[in-house]
Amino acid sequence: MPWLSYQKALNRALADELARDPAVFVLGEDVRVAVSNVTAGLFKRFGPDRVLDAPLSEQAFTSFATGAALTGRRPVVEFQIPSLLYLVFEQIANQAHKFSLMTGGQARVPVTYLVPGSGSRTGWAGQHSDHPYALFAHAGVKTVVPATPEDAYGLLTTAIRDDDPVVVFAPAAALGVRVDIDYDELGPVPLGVGRVHREGGDVTVVAIGHLVHDALAVAEELSGDVSVEVFDPRTAYPFDWDGLAASVARTGRLVVFDDSNRMCGIAAEVIATAAERLDLLAPPARVTRPDGAVVPFALGLDHAVQPDRGRLTTAIQKVLKY
Amino acid sequence: MVRAPDTDVGLYRTVRLIRRFEERAVELVRSGDIVGGIHPYTGQEAVAAGVCAALRDDDMITSTHRGHGHVLAKGADPARTLAELTGRATGLNRGRGGSMHAADFRLGILGANAIVGANGAITAGAAWVARQEGGDQVAVSFFGDGAVNQGVLLEAMNLAALWRLPVLFVCENNGYATTLTVADAVAGTITGRGAAFGIPAVTVDGMDPRTVLGAAREAVDRARAGGGPSLIECLTYRFDAHHTWEHRAGVRYRDDDEVRSGRERDPVVIQGTRLTDGERERVDAEIESTMDSAVAFALDSPHPDPAGALDYLYATGMRARPGGGW
Repeated sequence: MPWLSYQKALNRALADELARDPAVFVLGEDVRVAVSNVTAGLFKRFGPDRVLDAPLSEQAFTSFATGAALTGRRPVVEFQIPSLLYLVFEQIANQAHKFSLMTGGQARVPVTYLVPGSGSRTGWAGQHSDHPYALFAHAGVKTVVPATPEDAYGLLTTAIRDDDPVVVFAPAAALGVRVDIDYDELGPVPLGVGRVHREGGDVTVVAIGHLVHDALAVAEELSGDVSVEVFDPRTAYPFDWDGLAASVARTGRLVVFDDSNRMCGIAAEVIATAAERLDLLAPPARVTRPDGAVVPFALGLDHAVQPDRGRLTTAIQKVLKY
Repeated sequence: MVRAPDTDVGLYRTVRLIRRFEERAVELVRSGDIVGGIHPYTGQEAVAAGVCAALRDDDMITSTHRGHGHVLAKGADPARTLAELTGRATGLNRGRGGSMHAADFRLGILGANAIVGANGAITAGAAWVARQEGGDQVAVSFFGDGAVNQGVLLEAMNLAALWRLPVLFVCENNGYATTLTVADAVAGTITGRGAAFGIPAVTVDGMDPRTVLGAAREAVDRARAGGGPSLIECLTYRFDAHHTWEHRAGVRYRDDDEVRSGRERDPVVIQGTRLTDGERERVDAEIESTMDSAVAFALDSPHPDPAGALDYLYATGMRARPGGGW
C-alpha cells in the first residue's frame, strides 16, 4: 500500500473537494505556489478562479470568504501562521460564527479555516508558535485538530462539506506523520467522534493533535507496568463526551495531554466535565502549556513550555498512585 | 413591501416611510416595546433612498448599526422589520437579530452589521461570487464616517479595486462617529481613501435623494459594466441621537444651534416639494396606514419561545450543551 503523509492528506482532501464541488475554492497567502505545501498543484489543476492568492489582508480576505459563503460558495481560507487567527478572531468568532443565529437561520457560512502548521515549529518564537484551538472551542466555533493523515483527510473533507464555519488546526509536529494506507479507505470523518488509538485498562490519556503520537509512545514505553488507553477526541469542539465517558468507564483514571495554555484550555474543560459527570478512582491530571505561555525562542526554552513525554509519564504515574 | 421606483414619487415614498418608521420606532423605545434602543436614521433618509433606487431587486446590500433605512429602502417589509425590532417571532430574523442585525436574504439584504467597518469585505466576497457566476449584480456596502478609519474597510477597498469587483462603497458622513467629529477623527479626506486605491470617489449632497440617486446610478452602471468599485461620500446630518440612550443620558457634543441648522435641510421636505400637494398627501396617508399596520402587526405578534433561544446557532442544527449542567 502507498504511504500517505499528513501534509499530502490535506492536499489530497483539498484537491478531491475542489474536483467534487464547484462551490469550493481556496483563498490565502502564497497558495498558488503553495508555500505551505498543502495547496501544491492545485493552481495548475483548478486555475485562478478556484485558487486565489490574496494580498496580506487577513481580516479582509477572511470576511471576503464570509461574503462568498453567504452567497453560495464553500471557501477554504489558509493561514500560514497560527497567530494570524488572533488577527481574524473578530471575522471568525464575531462575524462568520454569528450569522446563522443572528439572521434567524436565513444564512449559513460554510467556511473552512485551515492552519497547516499550528503550534510550535521549533525556533519560530513568540508570534508564530501558538496553538489556540481552545479559543475557538470556547467561542463555539467548530474546531478540529487531526492527529493522523487519514483523520486529516477525513476531517478536512467534513469541514469543507459542513454548513458552519470550521477551524482546522494541522499541528506542525504532525505534518510529517505518514501512514501506509489504501487511498480508497480515505473518507470523511464525522465531527465530534473520537478515536481510541490504543486500548488500555488502567488510565485514559486524552491526547490532542500531534500529542497523540507522543501519548502512544509513552503508552508503549510504560506497557510493562501500566495499561494506557489513548483517546483522541479529534475535534476539540464539538467534543466527544460520550466517547470520553466510555473510555473512563473502562479505566477509572484520567490524564489530559493538551497543547493549550493551562487556563481555560481543552484539558480544563475535559477535567471539569469529568468531575461533574464521571466516576474517577483518582484525581485527574493534565499536562499542558503553562498559563499564558509565550513560546520563547531558544531551543531549550521552547521545549520547556511544550507538553512532553516526560511530563506525561510523571502525570500517569501520579494518578496511578491512588 | 415592494421597493419604490426611481421616480420623484418613489423617492419621496421611501424617505417618508423611513422617517415615519424611525419616529414610530422611537415611540416604541420610549414605551419599552423595543428593548436595547435603536440608532435612529432620521435625517439620513436620502442616502438609503437614493442608492437603493439605483439598484435592481437582485442586487445586494450590507448595512450598519444604523440600518433600518437601508433595509426598508431595499424593500424589506416594514411590519416584519418592526417585529424584528420588538423581538417577535415574526420578525425578519425571527427575533434573533434585532435593530442592529436586520437581514432579508431573499431581498439581497445580507444583514446589518454592528461592528463598524466590518461589512465592506463581506460585500466584496458577495460581489465576487456574483461576478464569478457571470451575473451583473452589484453589492453596496453602507458605512458611516467612523468606518473610514477601520483597517479592514481599507483592506476591503484594496481587494475590491484589485479584483475590479462590482462594489459601491457608500459613506454616510453625518459628521460624527458617535460623538467624535470627522475633523477630530479623519486625517486627509474620505474620498482620498478611495483615490488611494484608484477607486473613483465623489462627494455629494446626501440630503437630496435625487442627487444621491444620480451619483449611485453612475457608480452602479460602471460596476455592472465591469468597471469596478466606486466610493460615494454622502454629506448628511443625523437629526436624532447616535443611539436612543442619549435621550436620557444627556450627553452633550452638539450645541442647539448646530442641530437646528443641521435640521434645516430635511430630505423629506426637499423631496416632498417635488410632488404636488395631492401626490404628497396620498403618499403620506399610505405611509401612515402602512405604519399603523406595522405597529399593530409587531405588537400583536408572538414572542419567540425561550426554549428555542439557541435555535439556529448552527446551520447544521447541531445543539450546544446547555449552560445549566450536563
